[in-house]
Amino acid sequence: MSDHDHHDEERGLSRRKVLECMTWAGTGVLWTVTGGVPHSLGIIDAANAAEPTGMTFLQISDSHVGFDKPANPNALGTLEEAINKVNAMPKKPSFMIHTGDITHLSKAAEFDNADRIISQAKLDVHYVPGEHDFLDEEIKFYKERYGKGTKGPGYYSFDANGVHFVGLVNVVDLKAGGLGNLGAEQLAWLEDDLKGKSKSTPIVAFAHIPLWTVYPEWGWGTEDGGRVLELVKGFGSVTVLNGHIHQVMQKVEGAVTFHTARSTAFPQPAPGTAPSPGPMKVEDAKLRSMLGIASVNFKQGDQRLAIIDTPLAG
Amino acid sequence: MTRTLLRGLLLAAALLLPLLSPLGVSAQAQELNVTIDNFTFAPAELKVKVGDTVTWTNHDDIPHTVVSAGKYRSKTMDTDDKFSFTFTSAGDYKYFCSLHPHMTGMIKVE
Repeated sequence: MSDHDHHDEERGLSRRKVLECMTWAGTGVLWTVTGGVPHSLGIIDAANAAEPTGMTFLQISDSHVGFDKPANPNALGTLEEAINKVNAMPKKPSFMIHTGDITHLSKAAEFDNADRIISQAKLDVHYVPGEHDFLDEEIKFYKERYGKGTKGPGYYSFDANGVHFVGLVNVVDLKAGGLGNLGAEQLAWLEDDLKGKSKSTPIVAFAHIPLWTVYPEWGWGTEDGGRVLELVKGFGSVTVLNGHIHQVMQKVEGAVTFHTARSTAFPQPAPGTAPSPGPMKVEDAKLRSMLGIASVNFKQGDQRLAIIDTPLAG
Repeated sequence: MTRTLLRGLLLAAALLLPLLSPLGVSAQAQELNVTIDNFTFAPAELKVKVGDTVTWTNHDDIPHTVVSAGKYRSKTMDTDDKFSFTFTSAGDYKYFCSLHPHMTGMIKVE
């Protein structure tokens, strides 16, 4: 991924900033959308200093409320730290997106606890489910709470400040040996949803599992994610936001920027650096530098969304 | 009188025998294990006989499932949870984890 960043020198400073962001471990991603393309601004503190002037929204991901294993015995506590970070931001974001795995085991109490903490940010939250949110016998807890007004297993779209947001679900009906899956019905809906949209409309697509192939050996990709890219072809600014892999990764391909956010619960290893993608136990002192949130700033007339990944602690 | 009793006992035994040993191989039926470590089923392929029972145990810090399409489906197994299935007919039973579909395995039943 760093290749992409190094090659595109004409983007100069902003691209270098993106690169810097990737070295930061963080709590969330602050995105800023300027002129349709997302920028990563840096860690939240740096973002504050940069005083984003456009619409700003936040991404949090992979809260895994209920997780209590050695990699982080208190996932609810670190979620609360992330929300405290959000509340401390000088400029209140317009809203928040959560890219799934709200809970660890889809228990009603886990959903309740997550909501109790996340609601303290007093922001509208747009959710998509992770595979950990569909584990209850009847698969109803997520849908009861967050499924209103959504289609199928929970996909939907909305508009904010001239940006078209698409929340996709790629964690159901997975096939043996395969990756994440959107399915024909959802893709037909997406095609219809994008029909008639001006190509100058900035698009932000978010889903739990990366829509691009990060590392198929660990299932980090989406079988039919390429279809989404075909459908957004021609749009001047496309930003794809994902979670699932519990670490920041970024890639730029033409008009499309791909970004994954940190977890608020526990880190996972970089692709291929461990026997499995399971929770990574790090020194207690290091944990909060590997958890985080992301903030995104959108400024009309600018070329790309600015994304700031902020760790819970440096 | 004794004759009738004997016949009755034989009849009862004949009726009960299939219930005690529905497959006729229960005496040899085995319990076998598949473990889940590091997002991997081990052994990835297991040969068993009709009547054998296989138990999967999840040793990961992440939940997994065991699903053989149309044949059997475990509940979500958290750390150290188990799931057992007794194979009553021969065939190849491919299975996978419905949460992490890159995890696949096979039970061959003879």
